[in-house]
Amino acid sequence: MIIFKKEKEMEKRALSDKILLKIDKPARYIGHEINAIYKDKSKIDIRFCMCFPDVYEIGMSHLGIQILYDLFNKRDDVWCERVYSPWIDLHQIMKAENIPLFALESQDNIKDFNFLGITLQYEMCYTNIIQILDLSQIPIYAIDRKNDDTIVIGGGPCAYNPEPIADFFDLFYIGEGEVSYNMLLDLYKECKKEGFNRQKFLRMASKIDGIYVPSLYNVEYNEDMTINKFEPIYEDVPSKVKKTAVEDFTFSPYPTEPIVPYIKATQDRVVLEIQRGCIRGCRFCQAGMIYRPVREKNIEQLKEIAKKMLDSTGHEEICLSSLSSSDYTELKELLTFLIEYGKEKHVNISLPSLRIDAFSLDVMSKVQDIKKSSLTFAPEAGSQRLRNVINKGLTEEVILNGAKLAFLGGWSKVKLYFMLGQPYETNDDIRGIAELSNEIAKLYYDTIPKEERKGKKVHITSSTSFFVPKPFTPFQWARQCTKEEFLEKARYTKECMKEQINFKSIQYNWHEADLSVLEGLFARGDRRLSKVLLRAYEKGCLFDSWTEEYKPWVWDETLEECKVDVSFYTHRERSVDEILPWDFIDTCVSKKFLVNEWLKAKEELITPNCRQKCSACGAAVIKGGVCHESKN
Amino acid sequence: MKVRIKFSKCGALKFIGHLDVMRYFQKLMRRADIPIAYSEGFSPHQIMSFAMPLGIGDESIAEYVDIELNSYISSNDAINRLNEKSVDEIRILSFKEIPEGKAYNAMSSISAASYEIKIRDENKPEFDFEKAFYDLLDKDQVIVTKQSKKSENTLDIKPFIYEYNINGDVISLLVSCGSVMNIKPELVIKAVFDSMNKEFDEYFITIKRTEMYTGVYNEKSFKSLEDVGKDIL
Repeated sequence: MIIFKKEKEMEKRALSDKILLKIDKPARYIGHEINAIYKDKSKIDIRFCMCFPDVYEIGMSHLGIQILYDLFNKRDDVWCERVYSPWIDLHQIMKAENIPLFALESQDNIKDFNFLGITLQYEMCYTNIIQILDLSQIPIYAIDRKNDDTIVIGGGPCAYNPEPIADFFDLFYIGEGEVSYNMLLDLYKECKKEGFNRQKFLRMASKIDGIYVPSLYNVEYNEDMTINKFEPIYEDVPSKVKKTAVEDFTFSPYPTEPIVPYIKATQDRVVLEIQRGCIRGCRFCQAGMIYRPVREKNIEQLKEIAKKMLDSTGHEEICLSSLSSSDYTELKELLTFLIEYGKEKHVNISLPSLRIDAFSLDVMSKVQDIKKSSLTFAPEAGSQRLRNVINKGLTEEVILNGAKLAFLGGWSKVKLYFMLGQPYETNDDIRGIAELSNEIAKLYYDTIPKEERKGKKVHITSSTSFFVPKPFTPFQWARQCTKEEFLEKARYTKECMKEQINFKSIQYNWHEADLSVLEGLFARGDRRLSKVLLRAYEKGCLFDSWTEEYKPWVWDETLEECKVDVSFYTHRERSVDEILPWDFIDTCVSKKFLVNEWLKAKEELITPNCRQKCSACGAAVIKGGVCHESKN
Repeated sequence: MKVRIKFSKCGALKFIGHLDVMRYFQKLMRRADIPIAYSEGFSPHQIMSFAMPLGIGDESIAEYVDIELNSYISSNDAINRLNEKSVDEIRILSFKEIPEGKAYNAMSSISAASYEIKIRDENKPEFDFEKAFYDLLDKDQVIVTKQSKKSENTLDIKPFIYEYNINGDVISLLVSCGSVMNIKPELVIKAVFDSMNKEFDEYFITIKRTEMYTGVYNEKSFKSLEDVGKDIL
């Protein structure tokens, strides 16, 4: 097959020079980056366009798309390209001049592609999905699409409750794309050979592991608005959709030649995924549940990949990606290797937030400027009691010991992350946030004698975010706070901070409350919410995750107009017997385990992590990772 | 050893700004494994300096960047390695050793630049552009208003326009460039439109930089930035 990087089809541009010179950062829309793949269209069976529904710099920083881009393009019969959300300036021009949305590589219209794959990383990008469909001139509702229209498929963490956006998608991929995508593409090719029939293809696809076809399921509701029945329409369509997970993570496909943007992306560095999943089981954390079991990449393989990626990109920095890097069993050796290799090649190591101990401080002092860098702790809750509720196995003692070591090593900046509004939280727990912040500041002044401080103060930055319950976590049944409750909690936190002796050394930040409520609505919403999203988009909501673009008053208006009872979805504790909109998905982690965790939370009981003791969550059905470590 | 690299920047890459070109070259040096020298300090950076930035939307077949090497590499080898790791739209044209010393620095030694300018088809003026062009530039004085942040100054740019010519639809200019007097080609074209009392927008024209020079025009010292250096064999 011919991949001509050097003789690509020259100079086709979907946008005129006039437009490109008028808009901000035209480099977002021209493609041609290092390692972008160009193929001969005439030799391709399937045109696939991968989309991250946010602006280019954000989307280009996402590892998942780079993995799938590489995986798809390794096939001779597929050309996978990319598209990102046009920024507002270009959006307006495209609407006014009726310019269809196009893929970066070929600059061809998305509506002429066979597939549009949209990654769903956070709920607040949902209006951007509608923008993509609208600008692409693809019918927004799946039901309105004709036989040959582009097939729209969604994937990523939000696909674990796809219901609020189900009406916009033909298919969802639930789980890790490395596993079943090739099967889906093969099936598509087969169906194309014998005269493509969209319905037939979707019906057959529904039988592939991880594939969910929303139009093949019917939902009935009770009078109290809860779900009465959620069933496939046809007998041959599976009633449960099973997530897919890579079993041999060491040798699963990884992009050793990722694309290098011209403009600075948020993640302007090599990303090395060292493991997937997490052993910890924090009860609020969705990633910690849906990516079970934890699977490590073999260290020798990681060294190889790191070298290849640095060579092929020329990046001057490398970072490790995982949910909890400190739990990677050979972290010491890996970091030692990267530091040595980095010295030779002038490559910086950007450290993930590591558990603070003598080793990590030693590593940090080698790769960071101590004066500028800060220590990060994420206690998530202010008191040990509440940390037990959320199963965050980080004790005050560990934090203070780590901080003390760090202060002695020369650090004087500390960042602390907390969440407000978690289940069973009381004012005492909130007060604990302020007290812990104060305790750390005090520790600095107690540890470092005045003459050694050189007039320096300790800087504690404490940030709180508002808790949003997510599907497939033990807290999926929890009641979420209202906006007013959230703001009151933030106010109280601030008040407690002011009472602390060292409050002048503490900076307190908190997040927006409306956004957390809206996020909560869509995180646990159902199919009845799609019309709200479309209406909000029509009324101008776009880039909702961008503070300066977020229009809470339009959202309020739209929710009222569409008669959505927000409190039904957010501020209501669900019973464990209720049929939840996402119950049709099998994440391998059993409902029984989640219910048990939910009960243990109430009793403030800790569950040991996967390496201490197996809690039989169910993830062991996947033949890889921590569940099978001792049995090898 | 100081080295001057000459490169082109064309096609889609005309939409990439100067800062991003700098970032591109830093990564290109690593991909091509060029033995570039790094500065000292906690976060060492490559020793690299660019000549005159090119405007967004303009193309060039004569851009320059000076780097410092810390070990030997031949010009041929370096050019091949760089081109293999570069995109089609940025081609390395030469890689030459230049004399040490600040006086030879690309940015500070630049004195003139040549350009080829075309008027876009959809913006062709109704008046006879060629006649208006020569009518204006053949005069002893060419007065333009140069807008600075605070004020508007009138200025005679004639002494800084060294050569001018129209051949078919290609307008060629050789003008002063650099710290002493920087004449942007669009300023000259705008002056022609102004002389006919016609509106001008920078978008009307496309600009391609064709060379950059050092030394005094019409004197022996006048030569391209490339000719200052010599191939590393």
